[in-house]
Amino acid sequence: MTEGSGLPHAMPATKKPPMALSQLANPSRFLDVAEPVLPWLAGATVLALALGLNQAFAAPDDYQQGATVKIMFLHVPAAWLALFCWAVMSMAALGTLVWRHPLADVAGKTAAPIGAAFTFICLVTGALWGRPMWGAYWVWDARLTSVLILFLMYLGVIALWRAVEDPSRAARAAAILTLVGAINLPIIKFSVDWWNTLHQPASVFRIGGPAIHSSILTPLIVMAIAFALLFITLHLAAMRNEILRRRIRTLRLMQAETAAES
Amino acid sequence: MTALAALLLRDIRLAVRVGGGAWMGVLFFLIVVTLVPFAVGPELSLLRRIGPAILWLGALLASLLTLDRLFAADQEDGSFDLILMGRSPLELVIVTKALAHWLTNGLPLVVAAPVFGIFFNLDSIAMAAVAVTLLAGTPALTFLGLIGAALAVTLRRGGLLVPVLILPLTIPVLIFGVSASQAAMTGPVPFGTPFTVLCALSLASLVIGPVAAAAAFRHAE
Amino acid sequence: MNLGPHSGFIIAAYAMAAVTIAALVAWVWLDYRTQKRTLAEFEARGVMRRSERANPNSP
Repeated sequence: MTEGSGLPHAMPATKKPPMALSQLANPSRFLDVAEPVLPWLAGATVLALALGLNQAFAAPDDYQQGATVKIMFLHVPAAWLALFCWAVMSMAALGTLVWRHPLADVAGKTAAPIGAAFTFICLVTGALWGRPMWGAYWVWDARLTSVLILFLMYLGVIALWRAVEDPSRAARAAAILTLVGAINLPIIKFSVDWWNTLHQPASVFRIGGPAIHSSILTPLIVMAIAFALLFITLHLAAMRNEILRRRIRTLRLMQAETAAES
Repeated sequence: MTALAALLLRDIRLAVRVGGGAWMGVLFFLIVVTLVPFAVGPELSLLRRIGPAILWLGALLASLLTLDRLFAADQEDGSFDLILMGRSPLELVIVTKALAHWLTNGLPLVVAAPVFGIFFNLDSIAMAAVAVTLLAGTPALTFLGLIGAALAVTLRRGGLLVPVLILPLTIPVLIFGVSASQAAMTGPVPFGTPFTVLCALSLASLVIGPVAAAAAFRHAE
Repeated sequence: MNLGPHSGFIIAAYAMAAVTIAALVAWVWLDYRTQKRTLAEFEARGVMRRSERANPNSP
C-alpha cells in the first residue's frame, strides 16, 4: 500500500465505509481537517476540565464516604473512557480487517496508549479510594480483576505494535487481538451483576436511571465529558503524529532505494 | 569510550526500546502475578502468606524469559562474531552483556516487585524484604542464566532449553531469597542468615557464570 | 477546604491523575515536534514524496 501517496487505494470487492469516513481515508485530507480543529478541541478540553474540577471540589461530602467521594470524580470517568477507548479500537480493528480503511490502523495504534493511561488512572484511583473505604488497596473481585486484565491487554497490544516492523502486518495482528479482547468489555460491565463482588453495583448506567443525587451526578458527568474531550484531542493529535511518522518511513525507504540503485 | 563501555550502552539501549526486554520482563511478571489468584483463589490471607514466594517465582521466570535472547539475537545478525573478533577478552564481553541484562531486566523487576506486592496485600516490611532480597538475588539469576544462554547459542536450540537448563541451578537462589523474605516478615530466623548466603551465591555466580559461558563458546569451535 | 481524615488519599489520587495526563500530553507534543523536525530535515535535503512532486501545493 502506498502510504501517504495522496491517491485513493483501489479497493477490492469489500464493503464500502460510510461516505464521510471514505472521504477522510486520504491521510492528507485527514490532516487538512484535523489540524485546524485541534486547538479548538484542546481549548474545549481545558475549559471542561476546569469546570469539572471546580464542581468536583464544590461537591458536598457523601454521607457514607465523606470527602473521599471526590476520588470518584476521577475514577468513574476514567473507567468509562478506558472501556470506550477499547470500543473505539474495536471499531478501528473492523475498519482494518473488513473495510481496509487506510487510517483505521492509525486510529487503533494511537488509541492504545491513551486507553492504557485511562485504565491506569482508574486502577490507581480505585486503590486509593479502596484503602480508606474497604481497608485494602486491592481485592481480587470480578470488577477489579477484569479491569486489570483490560490493562494487561492494552499493554499487550502496545507491545505487539512495537514487535512487528511492517505497519500493515502489525495492523492486522493488532486488529485481531483487539477484537478478541473486546469480549472483556461486557464482562467488565456486567461483572458486578453476574458475580458477588465487593465493588459497587451499577449506579449510573442502569435500568431505572441513575441512582445518584444530582449534586454528585453533575460533576461526574462534566468530568466524563472533559475526559472524553481529552481523549478525542489526544487521539487526533496522536493520529497526526503517526501519519507524519509513516511519511518519514516512506521517505527513508525511498532514500534507501535510490541509494541502492546508484 | 572503551569497547566494553560501548557494548554496555548498546545493549542497554536495545533493551530499553519499548517492546524490548526491559518492558516485556515486567509485563510478564505482572501477568504471572495476575494468574496466581485465579489458581489459588482470591482469599487475601492466603495470598499474603504466599505473596513473597509468588513474587520471587515471577521475577525468576521473567528473568529467564529474556536470557535466551541474550546471545542468540547477536548471533543471528552476525554481530556476535564481530564482537568475538575484537580485542576484549571473551569473559569480559560476557560480563558486560550480563551486566546490561541485569540493569535493564533485573533492576526493573526489583522495582516492580514491591508495587505488585499491593496485589497480595503485603505490608511494607514484606514489600521491602522482597525488594532487597531480589536486589541481592537477581544478579545470580542473570549470571547463572548465562550458562544456559551460551549453551543455547552453541547448540543452536531455542525455546525452553534455557529455562530447563538453568532452573535447577537457580533453586538455591530461590530458596534463600524466599527464606530471607519470610524471615523478615515472621522470624524466628534472623533475616541476616539467609540473606548473607544469598549474597554469597550472587558473588559466586559473578565468576562461575562468565567462565562457564566462555568455556561453552570456546568448546563450540 | 476540609477534605476530611483521608485527605492524603484524595490528594494522591488527583496528583497521580494529573501526572499521568501530563505525561500523555507531553508524549504527544514531543512526538509531534520530533516528527516535524525530521520532516523539515528531509525537505531541506530536497527529498519529497511522489505526491508532493506531482502537486507541490499539497501539505
